[in-house]
Amino acid sequence: MNNQRRTVLKSGSGAALLGILAAAGIIAPNMALADWNKAAFDAKSMADTLKALGAGTPTDSKDVQVTGPDIAENGAVVPVGVTSTLPNVTMMAILIEKNPNALAASFTLPEGTEANVQTRVKMGQTSNVYALVKSDGKFFMATKEIKVTLGGCGG
Amino acid sequence: MSNPMKIRVSNKDGVTEVKVLISHEMETGQRKDASGALVPAWFITELSAKHNDRVVLGAEFGTAVSKNPYLAFRFKGGAKGDKVTVSWKDNKGGTRTDEAAIA
Repeated sequence: MNNQRRTVLKSGSGAALLGILAAAGIIAPNMALADWNKAAFDAKSMADTLKALGAGTPTDSKDVQVTGPDIAENGAVVPVGVTSTLPNVTMMAILIEKNPNALAASFTLPEGTEANVQTRVKMGQTSNVYALVKSDGKFFMATKEIKVTLGGCGG
Repeated sequence: MSNPMKIRVSNKDGVTEVKVLISHEMETGQRKDASGALVPAWFITELSAKHNDRVVLGAEFGTAVSKNPYLAFRFKGGAKGDKVTVSWKDNKGGTRTDEAAIA
């Protein structure tokens, strides 16, 4: 009987704490899925970014594809997409090797959402663009070189 | 404060395609203005999309995402008239939420 009371007390205070955090705006309830990963976005090199994302050394995979132009005339707006045919994809990210910060964007995919996301990114110069995909808990990667004729970072 | 997002949602063969165009400066924090002072970074950090009340996409952006970001993705399910809601948050604490019905 006593034990049960302890458990109730514990779980009760846990829920209350979460409630307080949410009320204080530290955890916005509808944003809980994506907590901005500062370490990953601040990382400069590819290796540091992969480490911050917890990806270690991803395996190269033909089932992951980076879509985008071979040559981008304007580096400020480069259409880039990531698609994958791997099963159970839960996370995807776009990394640009030679940008000041390699990580451009990362996506969290719940079940039912297809591994196919398109966006537009800025590129400072010609660089390899990497797509990182997490499938069944493992990380896979693909790359594509996009040549930039006019840089998109204030140049 | 900010202009509404343009959201287009279409459903074909049980798959819903969402296209979002957001109006946002997306300053990198590396650009200098005419007087040579750095323009402070101002960009969207987090975005989430919901179909009715179910989250269908979470995204985190860095400064490398283009000005007026565009995003397209697809999820299974959805029927005509269902609501898709997109909300974002930027590094200055600004937020915006817009919704569209599946056409």
